[in-house]
Amino acid sequence: MRRGPSAFNIASVALGLVFLYAPIVVLVIYSFNDSRSVAVWGGFSTRWYAALFRDQQLLDAIGVTLRVGAISATLATLVGTMAAVALVRGGRFRGRTALAGGVYATLVMPEVILGLSLLFLFVSLGLPRGFWTVTLSHATLTLAYATVVIQARLATFDPALEEAAQDLGCPPWKAFMLVTLPGIAPAVAAAWILAFTLSLDDLVIASFTSGPGATTLPMRLYSAVRLGVDPKINAVSTLLIGLVATGVVAAYLVQQRRRARN
Amino acid sequence: MDPGADRTLSVRPQIGGIRDTFAPWEDATARPLVRFDHVSKAFGGVSAVDGVDVSIYEREFFALLGPSGCGKTTLMRLLAGFETPDAGRILLEGRDIQDDPPHRRPVHMMFQAYALFPHLNVAQNIAFGLKRQGLGKADSAARVEEMLALVRLEGLGRRRIDQLSGGQRQRVALARAIAPRPRILLLDEPMAALDKKLREETQFELMSLQQSLGMTFMIVTHDQDEAMVVADRIAVMREGRIVQVGRPAEIYEAPADRYVAGFIGDINLFEARVTHSENGRVKLASDEGLFEAEGAGPVGKTAWVAVRPEKITVLTERPADLDRDAPNVVRGEIHDYGYLGDWTTYMVRMASGRTLRAARANATRALDRPLGVGDAVWLAFQPTSAVVLTR
Repeated sequence: MRRGPSAFNIASVALGLVFLYAPIVVLVIYSFNDSRSVAVWGGFSTRWYAALFRDQQLLDAIGVTLRVGAISATLATLVGTMAAVALVRGGRFRGRTALAGGVYATLVMPEVILGLSLLFLFVSLGLPRGFWTVTLSHATLTLAYATVVIQARLATFDPALEEAAQDLGCPPWKAFMLVTLPGIAPAVAAAWILAFTLSLDDLVIASFTSGPGATTLPMRLYSAVRLGVDPKINAVSTLLIGLVATGVVAAYLVQQRRRARN
Repeated sequence: MDPGADRTLSVRPQIGGIRDTFAPWEDATARPLVRFDHVSKAFGGVSAVDGVDVSIYEREFFALLGPSGCGKTTLMRLLAGFETPDAGRILLEGRDIQDDPPHRRPVHMMFQAYALFPHLNVAQNIAFGLKRQGLGKADSAARVEEMLALVRLEGLGRRRIDQLSGGQRQRVALARAIAPRPRILLLDEPMAALDKKLREETQFELMSLQQSLGMTFMIVTHDQDEAMVVADRIAVMREGRIVQVGRPAEIYEAPADRYVAGFIGDINLFEARVTHSENGRVKLASDEGLFEAEGAGPVGKTAWVAVRPEKITVLTERPADLDRDAPNVVRGEIHDYGYLGDWTTYMVRMASGRTLRAARANATRALDRPLGVGDAVWLAFQPTSAVVLTR
């Protein structure tokens, strides 16, 4: 038997890496391009980063996106934790199927349809579209992901621990806060980061549910690209990639440390 | 202040003698600490606990013994408050605790897999219940130290749970449950995860701990040896019912029926017809021989003579002074034996084809055993060593 990877294995990995990372690498490299043209390399420069920080519209969009992301992720994680607890610990309660179905429906539903239905909902409720409608919509979108992540962790969490806490004098809610929550904290953190990331790069739902004064970064970038590619976009995208990568690595490290402990 | 403390202490000045004199269940005026009053519980139509009626007394070490699925754990969880009875009442010091949720019951449980909190260290685990009782920091710390000393874990307070061995975890779980001074401590298969040697040590530790603390313990176990060693009284459960409650020796020497006899230790049974029964002595007859045993049985009906392997004498030849219809002597041939070091168990096949077990203590170090496979032997036992069972 030959040990080690075959030529086919190496080729597969190389191809995979190229497909996954080539666009990102190109984007990052061109964000440092001195030339205005996207196709021509004009030498190294950070001028587009400087320009970016002078573009108030872009900065506003970044601010909106971060706030929408943080609030919606927090909402989704809160409600998602409660939903996961109900699904894992609640037994066979009335409406369980509806809740579980709703969670999975959001996961598989095309975003366009989700966006459209949310738009109809806000219009029929007479809510003016803006910051809070995008935030709520993103919470809806990311709730399903958060629920699934937390549910998976909770399912393997020993319910005897919570019983032990109750046995030692904790009312059920306190037993949850003092014992279960610390136990599932890594999953809750991971769910928040996932929700935040999803909100950060959502364009479709934001386009349906946003209103004046609440333009998110992906919306701003999309409209800018339609008028021709501005190298500032490369710069902002690079920053965005950096932020997301940091989040993902942080989540990974948290999990690793946890695993090393156990 | 604990009302029974003075009385019991004056009666029992020494720990060693407690076992022999302690029998509150025989005292009609004694008030039980816990009373299961015809308690029943079913899950999805399947009965788990069926009309259990039993009392547990202050300072008693009470064991619920039975195979898995017999309802013993459910009975314990009913007392802890994690399940609600479908019928019947559970009284703690005479008060119905039906409406008390688990966190308001002065009943603590040591969980089977210990259920230690992994995000807290040893001391924090032990202090968990104390904190809930509103004990101050200094008092709590003192109590934790006391508990650590009690379970011989001094200096390990700051250890993380995952840095402990199985035996140490078990002791932390015990300390955590005892620390808030429950009225009764429930132990759910507390030694199931320990190896044999450690288990035996722990059994004796648990007993002396229970006696020195003067606390009431209720243990759930499927291990008969464990129940025999630790408990003042054992309740043998089967299919949700308690079949027999009694001291270990009563359960072993005077089992209520064939189930209890077979569940606790090994037993040889002879099915026979009762020919005579008076003054606590029964004579029986069957194809396998004539029998005489203690007990009472309905004349003309079938009953079972039960005799433990260690009460059977193995003889290589028929005693000369024995007449032809002497009871309790059967012939057979050794077809197998098991050498256990301290004991040797012989499997003896009778003419009827049935196999009996006879045990002999290996009182000498002689390596040559006088008996081997294929040897014809006579098995004999005293009428006082056998008991008649009617069920």
